[in-house]
This record gives sequence, structure tokens and C-alpha cells, in this order.
Amino acid sequence: MIFSNFFHKMASPKHFYRIAGRLIPWLAGACLLLVLAGLYYGLLVAPPDYQQGDSYRIMFIHVPAAWMSLFIYVVMAGAGAIGLIWRIKLAEVITISSAPVGASFTFLALVTGSIWGKPMWGTWWVWDARLTSELILLFLYLGVIALHSAIEDRRMAARAVAILALVGVINIPIIHYSVEWWNTLHQGPTVTKFDKPSIHLSMLIPLLLMAVAFKLYYVFVVLMRARCEVLERERNTVWVRELAEEK
Amino acid sequence: MTPKRRQRMLLIASMVIGVGIAAGFALKAFNENLMFFYTPTAVVAGEAPADHLIRVGGLVTTGSVQRKSDGLTVTFDITDNKDTITVQYTGILPDLFREGQGIVAHGRLQGDSLFVADEVLAKHDENYMPPEVADALKTVHEEGSRGTVVTTD
Repeated sequence: MIFSNFFHKMASPKHFYRIAGRLIPWLAGACLLLVLAGLYYGLLVAPPDYQQGDSYRIMFIHVPAAWMSLFIYVVMAGAGAIGLIWRIKLAEVITISSAPVGASFTFLALVTGSIWGKPMWGTWWVWDARLTSELILLFLYLGVIALHSAIEDRRMAARAVAILALVGVINIPIIHYSVEWWNTLHQGPTVTKFDKPSIHLSMLIPLLLMAVAFKLYYVFVVLMRARCEVLERERNTVWVRELAEEK
Repeated sequence: MTPKRRQRMLLIASMVIGVGIAAGFALKAFNENLMFFYTPTAVVAGEAPADHLIRVGGLVTTGSVQRKSDGLTVTFDITDNKDTITVQYTGILPDLFREGQGIVAHGRLQGDSLFVADEVLAKHDENYMPPEVADALKTVHEEGSRGTVVTTD
């Protein structure tokens, strides 16, 4: 009961605005600490790789960014489905607030991958299944952002965006399994598989620290964006006016 | 759950499943085009088109790398541990190129088993470890194989 009460309260824009505002500084602080720890262990403590030397260290940005690009898309599509079925405004807000963050992580994954590819593979870019499907993911995010800004009515826009996000969700398993289904230049999975990770513990720890830090980053940035979106949507309500008068 | 919500949920589920099935068929149809390179086995079996620019990928066979006198032309064998083809390439090899390394070469087949490449890319695997651990693994491996030799003798 308490649990469902909590969710009903959170789904009300007013309570969400207040609670998110309190959470953001803590999440941001924890994120900063984890990034610093991850960078310290990743760049200074972790040993060089037996094959790639020090160049492999770009993985501590590349891999968490790529994981986030998939994770955020699933959250976006999931929130889209909840918004479509239950017509919960907050779910619509989360869907559209996630898109720019996801697009940024996808772009970061593509750019760091390219920078990593040049010295290791010998090329900036190839059209193999993994790279191509990740590029399609970037276009899906950009499509979601463009579609949202093309429709004037926010609730209509949220519905259209949710459907696009749900259609695109099929790309997520394709990206993940691309390296197993087809021959690619990109390597196979190191961590995200059923076997034990084929990475030494001293390198795995900074990777996971960075992964958690990136997750926290997403949560606090999406909460910030969602607060703005809530204020804009509710600008004609009493509580937003009272809030504006207080300031 | 109200009937209306259930209906919307079913609609969304069927949309996602429908798109999934369509994507599955499309990917199955284009399966061969989605392969980034041909394996030596596929080339030997004649599955790779002759007189077309293609990519082949495999592990560089130990002891097969030979440099021509011009200093830039290299020939080496690549294998998928079943079949082997010879690759000839003129140019600068990537840093990761070495015997036992996975590579992908872009070029054209000439004759039955010679592949003339205009680009060679290195493919690294999913293993990451410190050099000491790699050395230790190698030593254990060598001792292990020596051990079996002793016991079979």
C-alpha cells in the first residue's frame, strides 16, 4: 500500500518537482565521486593491456557510454509504453527528457570508438554490423527529438514520440548481438555475457565504477530536464504560479 | 486494469512483436551482406565472389609472415583453424599486426588461394589483462603442453 502510495505521489507533477529537486544534489555528488575514483583507478592504477598497451584505457569512457546508449533507449521506450497505456504525464516527461541524454551518450560512444579504432584497427570507421547499428541508434534518438519538437501539442507529441521509440526498440537486441550473429571488426562482448568477464579484475573495477557513475549522471540530468519540462507543461496551474511568486 | 488500457497494451505489444518479426526476416534475408568479412573456409568453399572486392578475416598463421625485398610488400597466411589462404599486401600494417593476431583484409582474390589486399585492419579480441598475466598464462600453457608430451612419452 505504502509502495503504491509512493508511486501515486511521485507521479503527481508537484511532488515529483519537489522530490527530484532534493535528490539531484546527492546524485550529482555521488556521480562526481565515482567519476573521480573511476578515472583514478582507470588511468593511474590499472595496468596496461598485454596487447593494446595504454591505448585500451579509452574503454573506461567508451564502454560505459555505449552501455548507457542502450540502457537509456530501453528506459525511454519503457516510459513511452507506460505513458501510452496508463496516460501518466510523468512517463511522457521522462520519455522526452531522456532522448537528448541518450543521444549524447551514443555520440560519445561513436566518437571514442572512432578514436580507439584508428590506432588499434587502423581505421576510423568501418560499416560492420556493430558500428552501423549503433549509428542507427543515434539517428533514432535524433528522430525522437525532431518529432517531439515538430508537434505543437505536448501530449500529442509525447504519444507520437512513444510510438517511434517503441518501434526503434528492436534495434537494441540487434546492437547487442550484432557481434555474435555476424562477423564484425568490433570485438565480441567482454563483460555482458553469461561467462565470467574476460577482463582482469584490476581493469574491471574502474570499468564498473565508471558504469555506475554514468548511470547516476543520467539519473540526475534526466531529473533536471524533467523538472523543466514539468514546469513548462504545468505553467498555468496554481502550484507553479505560487512557486514563481515565492521566488 | 481497465479494458481500454488492456486494449492499448495489446496493441503496443503486437506492434513491437510485429516490428520484431519484420526486422528478423529482413536481417535473415540480408544475412550475407551483413557479414563484414569472409572466413578462409568460405573462400576455399567458393562462397566468396571472385573478381569482386571483398574482405577476408582470420588469424595470421605463426611463421608465415614474409617480407619482400622492397621492404613494403608482405605475404602471410590467414586461417580460421580449418582452411588457410595466403594474403599479399603492400603498405603499412597496423601496430597490432603480429603472428597469431586476428586481421581483416580488403582486396581481391587472384587464382585459388592468393588474396591481394589493399587494406589490412587488425581485429583484437575481447580479452583484457596485464602483460604479466598474459606471460604467466603463456608459461602455464607451454608447461602444460610439455607436461603432456612427457606423459605420453
